[in-house]
Parts: sequence; structure tokens; C-alpha cells
Amino acid sequence: MTSSGLDAHQRSVDNALAAYVLGLGDDALILAQRLGEWVTRAPQIEEDIALGNIALDLLGQARTLLSYAGQLEGIGRDEDDLAFLRDEREFRNLQLVEIENGDFAVTMARQLIFSGYQYELYTALRTSTDATLSALAAKAVKEVDYHRDHATQWVLRLGDGTTESHERMQAALDRVWPYVDEVFDSTDNIAALPGIAADPAALRPACNEYVENVITAATLTRPTPTWHSRGGRAGYHTENLGHLLPTMQNLHRSHPGATW
Amino acid sequence: MTTNDPPTSTSGPAEPIGGTGSDLSAAGGHGAVPTAGVPVPTPAPATTGGSGKGRPRRGWPLWEVFIRARRGLSHQHVGSLHAPDAEMALRNARDVYTRRGEGVSIWIVPSAAISASSPDEKDSFFDPAIDKAYRHPTFYDVPEGVSHL
Repeated sequence: MTSSGLDAHQRSVDNALAAYVLGLGDDALILAQRLGEWVTRAPQIEEDIALGNIALDLLGQARTLLSYAGQLEGIGRDEDDLAFLRDEREFRNLQLVEIENGDFAVTMARQLIFSGYQYELYTALRTSTDATLSALAAKAVKEVDYHRDHATQWVLRLGDGTTESHERMQAALDRVWPYVDEVFDSTDNIAALPGIAADPAALRPACNEYVENVITAATLTRPTPTWHSRGGRAGYHTENLGHLLPTMQNLHRSHPGATW
Repeated sequence: MTTNDPPTSTSGPAEPIGGTGSDLSAAGGHGAVPTAGVPVPTPAPATTGGSGKGRPRRGWPLWEVFIRARRGLSHQHVGSLHAPDAEMALRNARDVYTRRGEGVSIWIVPSAAISASSPDEKDSFFDPAIDKAYRHPTFYDVPEGVSHL
């Protein structure tokens, strides 16, 4: 291969990696924003703090991932530009993380699935040949281990609690389950990143096993949805993201460059 | 009752930590804080029975949190919180009290399991110790060069 051929190859890897990292960063960013909406509204102040902590963990991951995506992209966008100056169609997050919080059970159902997935994702990325991704994954997997445990504890208690809590936890699973398939869809850029990215499809068995064990122990039933979300990684989103973004971006867009 | 504490309720089963009339209360969330002399809103009869302070919100019981900062140190009381059960209390304690790397170990104890000395017994419990200087090791000659006696 000529040197210009090598350059071209490196550029295509960088582009695929930028798209991959952007997707992971957007997942963390949007879910952090959603969980942040619980602050002052959680059932107890202790839970308020727990959800706030989880949101901040995700925001920390998002900052690393979006900064790295901007760097790979190479057109001078930083984490703030990516978070606050993109519009809905430019976001690459899964639709699962953008759906509304609903009641506490819906938030916990979403959290169980997402942190179940993220745990397997970061476990796999610890051995990525990309140094930034492997370093982030090594740190984040411990955070996500706790997020997953937190959601597990609540799903167990609500599912195996009172008649009403059981019904609402089951309704919450029914609400989020149509968004599960999309989480494990492979995207085009994965094939271009052997040894670097983790194929979502390969993460599914381990994640499934964990989540199904929790659901069974919580006396809940695994839903069988009649439709499945698709396309978040390609920029197709539910109307929920359109409502979330103005809230998240308003300050930065009204006062560009504002700092605390 | 011989203390000068403001008239308050005494410790009831629902409120085992100190009670609203004690000098120290653990229910403030930041460890024991002095409450003597601080006006305490109390329900009308100032005799016996539990008060509203420290009562579990929405039925969640109160837990006392003890944290060991480092290996080799003992667990220290850091505050209290509400949780539906012990497992959740541990997790809440992790979130509330160890976010900045304060600990390596957490103990959770149901507040109801703690027996506290009563403020009514303060005089008989603690005052006799004050003037007994012979209980302090001040009458021994300390040999030269012994620095950690």
C-alpha cells in the first residue's frame, strides 16, 4: 500500500471510530440529562442523590467520549460543541435513553436494560486496542456495575412487592421493551473497527442472561413487544428527544461560551 | 426531672437516638449535634410519647450509618438516613456519605436497635465523673524518655 493509501485507510478508521464513539457518548449524555430530571423529584432525598450520582457518572463518560469524538473528527469541535450545538437529527444515541422518565418504575426498567448493556460493553472495551476507549472502559465499568446493581435492587423490590408495585413494574417493562432490540443492532462502523469496537450483537447473550435473571427473581414477565424501535444511531429519534434538547442546550445557545 | 433542658418528649421507641431533649442528637445527618438550648418544636404534652421528629417518612425506617475511613481505624458514626431495608440503606449510605472517597467500609444499624442514655439520667450518669481527679492517670511519675504512655 502506498503512503497515501495508508493515510486513506487511517482516515476511514478514524471516521468509523468517530461515529462509533459519538454514539456511545450521546447515549451517556442523553441518559444523564434524563436522570438529572429526577433531581428534586425522586421519591426520597436518598434516591434523589443516588440518581444524581448515576447521572454525573454518565456525564463524566459522555465528556470523555464526546471530546474524543471531536478530536477524531478533526474539524475542531469540542465536547460542548457536540453536546450543545447539534440538532436532533445529528444525535446518534439509542432511542431507549431518550424516552421519557415516566414513573419511577419506568426509569428503573430503562436503567436495568441500559446499564446491563453498558456493563457488557465496557467489560468488552477494556481490551480494546484503542487506548482511550480501554482506559475509559476500565474506569467506567466499576461505575456501571453500581448503576446496574441499583436498578436491580429496585426492580426486585417493586416487582416482588405489593400488587400495585408489581403491576407498575410490569407496565414499565412493557413500556421500555420495544427499545431493547435496537440496543444490540450492529452498525456499519463496527465492521471497520476490528479489535477496537465491541459488536453490540455479541454483548446480547450475557446482558440477556443478567436481565432475565432479575426479571424472573422479581416475579415479572419478559414482554414480547409487537414493534421495535430502530434508527437512533442513524439520527432517527422519537419526539421525546426534540423536547429534551432545548432544555439541555438552552443555556449554552443563549450565552455562547458562558462559564461558571 | 432536674435538668434545665427545655420541656420535651422523652425517647420513645420510634425515636431512640437521644430524643429531642438530649444534648446530642444523631438524627441531623451530620453526626451528633448539640441540641441543648435549641428551641425544639414539640407537640403539646411535654411528658412522654414519641414526637414527630425523626419519624420515618412514608414508613421508611431510619438507619444509622458508620463509616471506616481507612484500614486500621474504627467505624465512626457519620449520620443517618431512611431506606426501606438494610441492603438499600447500605447503597444509600454509599451515595450519601462516601461520594468523595470517605470510606472503605460501611456499617448500617437500625436506629431502633440503639439504646441511648436518657437525658433524665444525665446527672447520675455523667456528673459524678467530673471531680474525681484520681481517675485520671496524673499521679504517676512518668519515666524520662517514654513518649507514648
